[in-house]
Amino acid sequence: MLTPFLALVRKDLKLFFGDRRALLMTVAAPILIASFFGYIFGGRSGQTETSRIPVFTADQDGSAISREIVSRLSTDKFLEVKPSTLEQAREAVRKGNATVAFVIPKDFGADAGRAFFNAGKKPAITVLYDPSHGMERSMLEGILAGHVMEAVSKEMFGGPGGRQVIQESLAQLDQSAMPQEEKKRLRDLLRGVEEFNAGQDAGKESGRTGPREGLTLPYQVSSEAVTSGSGVQYNGYAHSFGGMGIQFILFLGIEVGVGLLLQRQRGVWKRLRAAPLSRAVLLGSRATSAAMTSMFVLMVLFGFACLVFGVRIEGSMAGFLGVCAAFSLMTAAFGLLIAALGKTPEATRGLSIVTTLLMVMLGGAWVPTFIFPQWLQKLTVVIPTRWAMDGLDAMTWRGLGFSAAIIPIALLLGCALVCGALAVSRFRWETGD
Amino acid sequence: MLEVTALRKSYGNVVAVDGISLRAGMGETIGLLGPNGAGKTTTVSMIAGLLRPDSGEVLIAGRHLCGDADPAKRNIGLVPQDIGLYDEMSARENLHLFAALYGMDRASRNRAIDGALDLVGLAERAKHKVTGFSGGMKRRLNLAAALLHDPQLLLLDEPTVGVDPQSRNAIFENLETLKKRGKTLLYTTHYMEEAERLCDRMVIIDRGKVIADDTLQGLHRLLPALNLLTVELDDQKAEGLRLEELRSVAGVQSVEMRDGILKVGVRDLAADSPGILQWLVERGYTFRHLASERANLETVFLTLTGRSLRD
Repeated sequence: MLTPFLALVRKDLKLFFGDRRALLMTVAAPILIASFFGYIFGGRSGQTETSRIPVFTADQDGSAISREIVSRLSTDKFLEVKPSTLEQAREAVRKGNATVAFVIPKDFGADAGRAFFNAGKKPAITVLYDPSHGMERSMLEGILAGHVMEAVSKEMFGGPGGRQVIQESLAQLDQSAMPQEEKKRLRDLLRGVEEFNAGQDAGKESGRTGPREGLTLPYQVSSEAVTSGSGVQYNGYAHSFGGMGIQFILFLGIEVGVGLLLQRQRGVWKRLRAAPLSRAVLLGSRATSAAMTSMFVLMVLFGFACLVFGVRIEGSMAGFLGVCAAFSLMTAAFGLLIAALGKTPEATRGLSIVTTLLMVMLGGAWVPTFIFPQWLQKLTVVIPTRWAMDGLDAMTWRGLGFSAAIIPIALLLGCALVCGALAVSRFRWETGD
Repeated sequence: MLEVTALRKSYGNVVAVDGISLRAGMGETIGLLGPNGAGKTTTVSMIAGLLRPDSGEVLIAGRHLCGDADPAKRNIGLVPQDIGLYDEMSARENLHLFAALYGMDRASRNRAIDGALDLVGLAERAKHKVTGFSGGMKRRLNLAAALLHDPQLLLLDEPTVGVDPQSRNAIFENLETLKKRGKTLLYTTHYMEEAERLCDRMVIIDRGKVIADDTLQGLHRLLPALNLLTVELDDQKAEGLRLEELRSVAGVQSVEMRDGILKVGVRDLAADSPGILQWLVERGYTFRHLASERANLETVFLTLTGRSLRD
């Protein structure tokens, strides 16, 4: 049985490698797309040039506080701030030229100062936002809160506006309906601030104090990308080449299935069936050649990614090869299943492409699964492409050991077995006239 | 060599093969004749083990085929109606593959391939890709691929479909050579002249059933006349011809008159024609055109079913 088995495998490989144009496309297309996605999602150093978020500001107040807020926003490294009128700001957001616009209303400075010390009416900053940028809006509101707090506190602790607010507050305190005990505590606080400001003035005259800062955030953020080891930077190409490799290899699987369906329509299938060959030899040889070509394509893709984009197998090489081999086998079994369940090549191809794209998308090959809703993230754990992606990520840029590859390999092999068994049991061996 | 008994196969409500029985002895060439859709290919597929019959049995060299990998399949060489070759591979590569399917070692394969290519006259094109071959060359290679493992029984499913007369003739010469080598051939076709040239015996099937199974001579005996004398009469006098009187002329088997054309069936054209023509002349009939044709399998089929083979 070995001679016909090897002859059939050799034939499939010869046909695959003989079609140079198709072979080039099989390898070149994923390389091109993976290179693009890799650049977009982190690039080689994991630090692709971060584009600043366009923000418009409409300062209708013109107070020291509002000017300070705009000034602080303008120096933020994540933002590209453009001062404008309310109308210009609204138009910019509507046209998509700005992600958000902050509208600082008239009397904001005075109202914010008063609200800073007591329960006075809080002024509102209107945020006009582009609904297609929901995630950025939340981040920008956080940035705004920090800058507003710093600007208002700076003015309250030493600024002319702050002194005036404190004097007004002290004068109004006696008429307040506040309980006596609370009035006393607030009066002590306001007088303490007055004394602090007086001390600042004295220090300024004698040159002992630095510039006024007001309240600041009581912490700094220190970011560190957790990769396979210290000094090893995240390489976005590792994920994108894995993702595109998986997608295009599944397309190869479709071609295996559709190819078998086409072969059934030709005399060559009758010739194969007329020979003394078991079904295991006929389907097994096709699965073997499909797995070999899949493995070849994966190796070429990662070889290219290593040479050109510096992708490294930071984890276990055996685990990486194991995940690739298991996924290749699963793809081969997937191809056989397509041939078993499909009726006509044309209809089968269309349905298989849709199924594959869904699997690829939900498996996180295009974009990481963490941006999916929670329920969808839970759902995707049953999708084989997710196992393959997790396995490849673990063995490449995450730098995990072989143990992290065991579960993906086991799941992929299990899936290959199930698909293969289904394919053999459902395959229509007989052809009519 | 081949014994088929009460073979039946249906697809849903459609009965493709309805109790076909036939046999072919060692070295015999059997023609399986019938119009398109008669059940020829389904019958061949069941004999080759590609289709499981609903009922009936197939014995090859006295035994049933048991399973896909039965070594007894080596007795069979199938030439499928559709070309069973890989276009992207050369003729030799194709033959290497198909020989390997029968477990032949490399040396045996090379010998068999050389012999098969020589037989079909494609030795010089051995290294050329099949995609560049003409339809006739592909058909010849299709035949060669079935010969590599030296099968005793060859199942030829319309092996000359769509080829030019020259290639058809070449294929016929190949088949005659195989016949001389003692191979058993089951040849399906709806071209009667092919069957007449090649086959020792004809099995005519229609709508899944055998309607005749005999030698060419035996089938001719089913006909009222072996030859047909066609006389185109002068229009004015043709009306008055007395057909009953003509039937009494010696040698006349059948008489038919339509649109001024008289068709007279006779057993022996040379002996019987003069008497008929003399009978016509004596009664003042003149004729514009005179022709004769020999009854063939087409006529047999027409006689048996009332339909043309190419309907």
